[in-house]
Amino acid sequence: MPTRYVALALGIALIAGIVALGMNEPDTSLLATDSLLFGTIEIDGSSTVFPITQAVAEEFRKVHPNVQVPVGVSGTGGGFKRFVVGETHISNASRSIKPIEIAAAAENGIEFIEIAVGFDGLSIITNPANDFLECLTTDELRAIWEPGSEVNHWSDVRDGLPDSKFRLYGPDTDSGTFDYFTESIIHLEDASRSDYSASADDNVLIRGVGGDKNALGYFGYAFYSSSREKLKLIAVDSGSGCIYPSSETINDSTYSPLSRPMFIYVNTAALKRVEVMKFLNFYLDNATTLVQEVGYVPLPEAMYQDGRALVSSSRGPLN
Amino acid sequence: MEHEQPPIHSARMTSSIAASVTRQRHSGPTPPPNSTSHRSTWRRWRDRFFFVLFFASVAIGILGLAALVIDVMTDGLGALDFSFINSYPSRHAGESGIRAALFGTIWITVGTAAFAIPIGVGTAIFLEEFAPEHWAVRLVQLNISNLAGVPSIIYGILGLALFVQAFALDRSVLAGSLTMTLLVLPIVIIVSQEAIKAVPGEFRDAAFALGANRWQVVKTVVFPQAIPGIMSGIILALSRAVGEAAPMLMISSLVFLTFIPSSPSDRFTVLPVQIFNWVSLPQPGFQAVASAGIIILLAVLLSLNSIAIWIRNRYQTRY
Repeated sequence: MPTRYVALALGIALIAGIVALGMNEPDTSLLATDSLLFGTIEIDGSSTVFPITQAVAEEFRKVHPNVQVPVGVSGTGGGFKRFVVGETHISNASRSIKPIEIAAAAENGIEFIEIAVGFDGLSIITNPANDFLECLTTDELRAIWEPGSEVNHWSDVRDGLPDSKFRLYGPDTDSGTFDYFTESIIHLEDASRSDYSASADDNVLIRGVGGDKNALGYFGYAFYSSSREKLKLIAVDSGSGCIYPSSETINDSTYSPLSRPMFIYVNTAALKRVEVMKFLNFYLDNATTLVQEVGYVPLPEAMYQDGRALVSSSRGPLN
Repeated sequence: MEHEQPPIHSARMTSSIAASVTRQRHSGPTPPPNSTSHRSTWRRWRDRFFFVLFFASVAIGILGLAALVIDVMTDGLGALDFSFINSYPSRHAGESGIRAALFGTIWITVGTAAFAIPIGVGTAIFLEEFAPEHWAVRLVQLNISNLAGVPSIIYGILGLALFVQAFALDRSVLAGSLTMTLLVLPIVIIVSQEAIKAVPGEFRDAAFALGANRWQVVKTVVFPQAIPGIMSGIILALSRAVGEAAPMLMISSLVFLTFIPSSPSDRFTVLPVQIFNWVSLPQPGFQAVASAGIIILLAVLLSLNSIAIWIRNRYQTRY
């Protein structure tokens, strides 16, 4: 029966097409490709640092197409949970590792190094329809966000503001941004009111604030700069006037106390592998460009130099 | 009594053919009394009413689907080309592609089929052909029906605890396939049972009468007859697995992948998770990319369903 042969031929063609597509053929479009390097570098952690590491992983693949670099988003805390048991090789972090996490790593025999990759200015955000709020003092922020806060209307924040109720958006407790904000604003780590819309995914927060004209939220600066038209940035006054986060104010730390460094943590045992070392050197070589491209503030070149030195000294002698 | 009064009999029918037959009878030589004429008008109106009601039910479903398809097509067709199918995800919307998710979905579907078909069909054959009348068998049957209604996220949590953590399969294709197997097994079992039940009892009796034992009856008579029903059921169950995001979000988690799995122990992502990821990105370009992803997912689902229909039509007439 001819129809059967036609169906058979189509089926074979389809399968052949899928198989052909499915071959991980080496990418020969770039002269600099090195398809001889193989391996997997498992990365997870902060959603704040994710855009940088994602950009690095994407560019790295163009040079080393056969090194697999999956980058997950579990929050800084969620990432460290996997890192300290050896599930991941690199952990993105928007705060320093905590003593309890260091202890867990030591228990599992995991050694690691910390590398700073860029600066973030943790940004306070409202909806663009908000035309009455330009600046908040750190005391006002504390009054809004402290545990058990009774501040629920704009007028409770400051006299002269409208009497309408606001809704709060922020990262969840697995987030390094949450840890950093509570520590620097409430002065007590992890102390926060809990009646707010929490998400580990900053994009969810952007959508929330962008669609709610009585919204107030906070997250990393890159997420503001990638959706400027949907959001309004609020200046922060810590005693020396209202200051907006920007490349300059984050870089010279006048945007205080919410300027902070971002890190990647690297498992030292994994660092012995050539592909991990090459990935880290690629990361630090391209950080200035890529950190800027995704909307953060790059470190001074000397600090990336320190990072490279740390990588090569931790790796130990080549074997 | 009904035979003596045909008009009353046909009044119970609501189809328009029945109504017209009744009308013709009334237009005969003896004009009917006025009351019957009223009843006829009323019947016609009732007929129209139900036609409109049921047509509206169909229209709501079709309109919903049409709205979805048109919305997705207008947003996504511009982003849909071969390079979209053949590229990995990117931080730039214009360079993003669905390759990793498409091949992840193929891996998961094939893996799920490999586990679910033998186990599911085997269970169905046992329950229909071999199992004795026993309360324990009825209990198993009842539980299978209940499992078919369990929300898919529950299977995701189960898979995460059981396969990813307890069996230490990590977030691999194998763990994903096994989780999806649990999800579709009840459907495969129930559909296969229905197909086996539909084989006439006389066929079995005839085979038994020729001296065949139970296994021979199943192998040579019941199973070949039931294959078309079983196959189309399996494909529909697999197309459910293709469209599920929730359990795969638990297993694979949100992850940026620039490679396709080359073995069952590799990391993966699937179409619905990739689409969910793109939809959540606030940058405008990604909405078109997400829509293009939805078109691909719809195409995969429609072709699976067409295969199911084709198999049913092709083989049903054979016997």
